[in-house]
Amino acid sequence: MTTTEPSPEAVEEERPIGFGRLLRKEDPRLIRGMGKFVDDIQLPGMLHLAILRSPMAHARIVSIDTSAAQALPKVVAVITGADLAEKGLAWMPTLSNDVQAVLATDKVRFQHQEVAFVVAEDRYSARDALELIDVEYERLDPVIDVRTALDADVPVIRDDLEGKTDNHIFDWETGDEAATDAVFDSADVVVSEEIIYPRVHPAPMETCGCIADFERVAGKLTLWCTSQAPHAHRTVYALVTGLPEHKIRLIAPDIGGGFGNKVPIYPGYVCAIVASLVIGKPVKWMEDRTENLVSTGFARDYVMKADIAATKEGKILAVRTDVLADHGAFNGVAAPVKYPAGFFGVFTGSYDLEAAYAKMTAVYTNKAPGGVAYACSFRITEAVYLVERIVDCLAYELGMDPAELRLKNLLKPEQFPYSTKTGWVYDSGNYEPALRKAMEMAGYDELRREQAEKRERGELMGIGVSFFTEAVGAGPRKDMDILGLGMADGCELRIHPTGKAVIRLSVKSQGQGHETTFAQIVAEEIGIPPEDIEVLEGDTDNTPFGLGTYGSRSTPVSGAAAALVTRKVRDKAQIIASGMLEVSVADLEWNKGSFSVKGDPSKSVTIQDIAMRAHGAGDLPEGIEGGLEAQICYNPENLTYPFGAYICVVDVDPGTAVVKVRRFIAVDDCGTQINPMIIEGQVHGGLTDGVGMATMQMIAFDEDGNCLSGSLMDYLIPTALEVPDWETGYTVTPSPHHPIGAKGIGESATVGSPPAVVNAIVDALKPYGVRHADMPLTPSRVWEAMQGNHTPPI
Amino acid sequence: MQVNMTINGQEADEEIEPRMLLVHFIRDRLGLTGTHWGCDTSNCGTCVVLIDGEPVKSCTTLAAMVSGHDVTTVEGLEVDGVLDPVQEGFMQCHGLQCGFCTPGMMLTARALINKNPDPTDGVIREAISGQICRCTGYATIVRSIHWAADHDAAVSVGSAS
Repeated sequence: MTTTEPSPEAVEEERPIGFGRLLRKEDPRLIRGMGKFVDDIQLPGMLHLAILRSPMAHARIVSIDTSAAQALPKVVAVITGADLAEKGLAWMPTLSNDVQAVLATDKVRFQHQEVAFVVAEDRYSARDALELIDVEYERLDPVIDVRTALDADVPVIRDDLEGKTDNHIFDWETGDEAATDAVFDSADVVVSEEIIYPRVHPAPMETCGCIADFERVAGKLTLWCTSQAPHAHRTVYALVTGLPEHKIRLIAPDIGGGFGNKVPIYPGYVCAIVASLVIGKPVKWMEDRTENLVSTGFARDYVMKADIAATKEGKILAVRTDVLADHGAFNGVAAPVKYPAGFFGVFTGSYDLEAAYAKMTAVYTNKAPGGVAYACSFRITEAVYLVERIVDCLAYELGMDPAELRLKNLLKPEQFPYSTKTGWVYDSGNYEPALRKAMEMAGYDELRREQAEKRERGELMGIGVSFFTEAVGAGPRKDMDILGLGMADGCELRIHPTGKAVIRLSVKSQGQGHETTFAQIVAEEIGIPPEDIEVLEGDTDNTPFGLGTYGSRSTPVSGAAAALVTRKVRDKAQIIASGMLEVSVADLEWNKGSFSVKGDPSKSVTIQDIAMRAHGAGDLPEGIEGGLEAQICYNPENLTYPFGAYICVVDVDPGTAVVKVRRFIAVDDCGTQINPMIIEGQVHGGLTDGVGMATMQMIAFDEDGNCLSGSLMDYLIPTALEVPDWETGYTVTPSPHHPIGAKGIGESATVGSPPAVVNAIVDALKPYGVRHADMPLTPSRVWEAMQGNHTPPI
Repeated sequence: MQVNMTINGQEADEEIEPRMLLVHFIRDRLGLTGTHWGCDTSNCGTCVVLIDGEPVKSCTTLAAMVSGHDVTTVEGLEVDGVLDPVQEGFMQCHGLQCGFCTPGMMLTARALINKNPDPTDGVIREAISGQICRCTGYATIVRSIHWAADHDAAVSVGSAS
């Protein structure tokens, strides 16, 4: 059990006006089964769409015969890539300025790529018809091994791109290569390791899907969609379909988990839109679990050569890496345009380095597209895993305790704001207390003693440490945009005459509890109880523009917008109050819910009184319009940098190589806390992801490009039996530039926990001379490592 | 074919295709959308309902197999406006985030507590191990079920006296 959370009964009495533990406003409907998810929506006359997918990873389409499918009762339409090409809709833009086939026309480029779709009166008939579509393929050699994708003799996957003669996507670098090489050349100790972060998949419990409903007379498309970024998606659909943007309404209702999986645009959404445009009826598409795992946004897939340089006393001097990035068949990465590798540039971690350099080559392979997804904070999962793994390799070589090595090298509080050698400005941090706290909670020294005793007896126990710094809340619009859309977020607040309020957001919760936390942000700023504040999001007709929820950006960006728009309303309220109390604005003081005259608290007006006056018939101060509302668009001046220290304790069975995660201690610092209960939940979920990725989750392929992880029987996700009861703690170091000092917590644990788990398992295997082993550390892979023949997973 | 079953105390008598899955029957035919669908392969458990009081995955059960039986879905947990302690526990202990796995988790919890009014952590984890939650990391679900068991006991004691 957590050491910091009070018992539910104890806090039930406290109903905070602003920040604090508050039960969620979302829960009453969800615990009654009254949530409204996309697949729960039934519209009159609604048709069902199902997609035929390629059985091959790379093949030319010779012919498609849809006649038998067309003839099946209840089938309304069967559409192929050729049909879409006639309308100019066979290809769509990706979020990385590449294009992706909606339905394959010339050839298929990954197994399970979309080839045709059926629209039928019910979901069973639509799937029956798929069986009757006859496609003739001419097999081509697939490119599966990322290491050979750029060899001269391999097939060119993207021959649709004019002049393309290889499978290269981009080269990218950051840091100072010459300075870094110079540090390495003169360093006492250099340690190198190839570190792989395998392909994984977010696999939210609710798969992706939508209902497209085009009303011909109004010329308006309504799209209910599993979207983490409703406004950005609306813009993309306007560009794809040619429909004017004001004639597209995107509604993201309750979403059953996202984790980045619901950021990209998928062909299925476009197919449903096209079907509704053509047929004139609502069309539902819900993918099944296999479709979700094999075709939608994967994550990671980096092969990283890492080098670390240090003095023999353990002062870390430099980190260098050379990365090979597998982006699949289409570059579908959702990252800011100037950041093709996302925020991987923070691979310098939480340490004061003299130099750092990274270079990367990204390639196409015959695998599903994607690359930035799964709570990664734009590739910071990969960056943190790299640095925290190579630091442990250094500790191994130096014979130093990994916690001691980190303590020796962590940035000091007086160094903030800290500019890294790769150009990132960490806003605030106080690292050592976080690590000391985690060590104290863990009983670190006692654990090391226990480990030493167990090693004497031949038992395998491991203790893994990681320290992470994230960069979240993208981002400043001068540097960051997706498809030309600046990463700022709008927010609108209206106070109604009776003092109740509605706040409209551009972001979209997928379970994070926005209806609660955003009500608390407004409540903190204006003193209206959270239950009197309605939070609206996920409906583009009724919310201001913004880029949505991913990369832990809701609190850093929209949370700031919510605080600032509320202050804007409060400023106006203060002017109205000055008129009501007949004093100057400067003579008023704010008491979280009311203004009173300085020195005379008996003369006061509540925010509710002010709201009624603002909408009432009486006079208002000169120059003040009626109403009490405001709208802003918040452009963050910097990212925010949450951090944390994690310690994992594992036991490995020497006879079976089965890993048991015995304990996990997480100390997080996300700046100012809005709702500690929700923060705790976000941390728990991310820690579970970390255990999953470290020990069981991987999207694997055979040499023909067959995806071997197409169901939850093959792609393993932790259950309650594989994870411990989390031990969490916190420090609070506010962000200096965020209006309430909050930094965001959504992905911290997913970023920070995989290296802690892997470091623990590798530490357990120290008696076998193991310095590194790649995820996922399944029993067979741990066993191989113990036998000295560990092989990389890709 | 004709199927006839009791769902949340109501009779359901419907003509269906023999292949219709119970999850689709409940959701699409009866409009009880609190039962969710997540994987097709009995792995995720978001579709769990109670059949004669036992948790069953409705995505791999034919509606026809349930004819003549008694089915409880999440919509049946609240009785006359009073929440089941399991529902209350999930709210109090933050046992849900996106809420997608929650109906199945709560029904399994209800079946467990009916059999074992004072389950240990280990027993609870075993009971929900056929179900996946991607958001919570399970610890708060375990706490929620403890909360429900504690309050169930309080209710039972109250009604016995």
